[in-house]
Amino acid sequence: MLRDLIERLRDGAAEEYLSRLYERIEKSRLNGFTTLAKESALEEARRFDKSPGQGLLSGLPIAIKECISTRGIETNCSSNILRGYIPPYDAHVIERLKAEGAIIMGKTNMDEFAMGTSTETSCFGPTRNPWDIDTVPGGSSGGSAAVVAGGEAPCSLGSDTGGSVRCPASFCGIVGLKPTYGLVSRYGLVAYANSLEQIGPLTHTVEDTALLLQVISGHDARDSTSAPRPGQSYLEGLDEGVAGMKIGIPREYFGEGVAPAVEKAVWEGIHTLESLGASWQEVSLPHTRYALAAYYVVAMSEASSNLARFDGLRYGLREGEDKDWHTTFSAIRAKGFGPEVKRRIMLGTYALSAGYYGRYYLKALKVRTLIKEDFLRAFKEVDILVSPTMPIPAFKIGERINDPLSLYMADVFTVPINLAGVPAISLPCGFDGRLPVGLQIIGPHFGEGAVLKAAQAFESATPFHEAKPEVV
Amino acid sequence: MNEWDDMITREDVEHIGWLASIEIDDEEKDELVEHFNSILDYFHQLDEVDTEGVEPTYRVVDLANVFRDDAASSSLSIEQALKNAPRRENGYFKSPRIV
Repeated sequence: MLRDLIERLRDGAAEEYLSRLYERIEKSRLNGFTTLAKESALEEARRFDKSPGQGLLSGLPIAIKECISTRGIETNCSSNILRGYIPPYDAHVIERLKAEGAIIMGKTNMDEFAMGTSTETSCFGPTRNPWDIDTVPGGSSGGSAAVVAGGEAPCSLGSDTGGSVRCPASFCGIVGLKPTYGLVSRYGLVAYANSLEQIGPLTHTVEDTALLLQVISGHDARDSTSAPRPGQSYLEGLDEGVAGMKIGIPREYFGEGVAPAVEKAVWEGIHTLESLGASWQEVSLPHTRYALAAYYVVAMSEASSNLARFDGLRYGLREGEDKDWHTTFSAIRAKGFGPEVKRRIMLGTYALSAGYYGRYYLKALKVRTLIKEDFLRAFKEVDILVSPTMPIPAFKIGERINDPLSLYMADVFTVPINLAGVPAISLPCGFDGRLPVGLQIIGPHFGEGAVLKAAQAFESATPFHEAKPEVV
Repeated sequence: MNEWDDMITREDVEHIGWLASIEIDDEEKDELVEHFNSILDYFHQLDEVDTEGVEPTYRVVDLANVFRDDAASSSLSIEQALKNAPRRENGYFKSPRIV
């Protein structure tokens, strides 16, 4: 638990603790970290040991996904086009973490520009799952999940555009939260699909996630989509339990395509919540089957616009002799982007191009409305929804990477949440063999309190968060 | 009931690459044609959804007209702004020629 760790660090143990983490990282086979900020972090830790601060996270090391801007620490989105880029400013969440005394350890591997479900599209090669070294950690925040699960960092931040925090949390057996759209400022998050994404914590326990959320959430005028809401304590009321809570089980999230072991573990989880005093009923989210297509059209369209800025002019890759504008930039982008990023930019460009805008982009946005309405309707009847996070446990490295559509399919239960903008958490609820299975709890807009409370009740009644992989 | 003829061809891929400013070599083209067609084919299931009279959702949280005070504040210095630029000249980003 982070609160216990922070207490221990206060006794002048910050540098020693951090040094041990770096020793572990340097021997690691996970490939979870891409950039280490060892010198500046150790210096911070020494300063902290001399005079411990009063911040909520004083002396606590944290790992940060490669797409979140950190002043003075390389931020490259695991892409060759952005290698060497050193942000001149901190993202809002980094400012908040530093203000509470956290220490930035380094940056973690991800699918290139967060486009993937396995962390295999990174220019640094795949990150490995600590539970099985030949298996993917999930993605796109695979590095952030693997380093926490593997004991290389006590906690981390990821970003979630279509499941990129929850999927790796599920595959690596830890807790990961995608907050309500607008709850956490996106200022300084390198944009992939800006109407869908949020930054979220990855931790061992629900309480830890609540603590980090408390620190990183809140209004920020520099993100025009940031919700103008007062700060909130997510630790308060966390232990209230689920007695009387009404749980909806979305029928479209079970059955065909879901691995039997996953379905079994999730149903056992539902029965655990029932035994703690919650009631459950089946509900329907009828447009679920269209969510994947709608998500990918929206995400790719936004990506094609957001990634237009990578041209080697202000930062990033620039090689050879300059020719004319278009030829120069087209060559840089051909060299700097990997295959999946090119695919998504080009399909998004196509979906937005003259004659196709209505067929793809506008149509997807209308379907998005129907998906959002599905959730709003369900939350009139129930307090939270419970489902599998992923239909399958982690798969082998290389197994799906050459078939983009089969990779997209794995996101079937995570993308509807981003389309609707509601919050959802993934937490460990069992195993399939030695691979973890994740349970997803979904709440209404700004319903993080109910989501965390249910997750906390589940965690207190089950042993899964205590299981640790035998990483070498 | 598909009134659209949108099978992607090699020529389409070349055109999209031009629009997206991404050079594509010949080997990549065949693979992109195959991937684009299978992904777009999957997208076509959206055609089944009746969206008559449904408004599009551009953003999920209803915030309209977010204003800030029209007050000047500090920005990056020229030095900071240029620090990551691979080519620069006289305090400017150096771009390729435009015409």
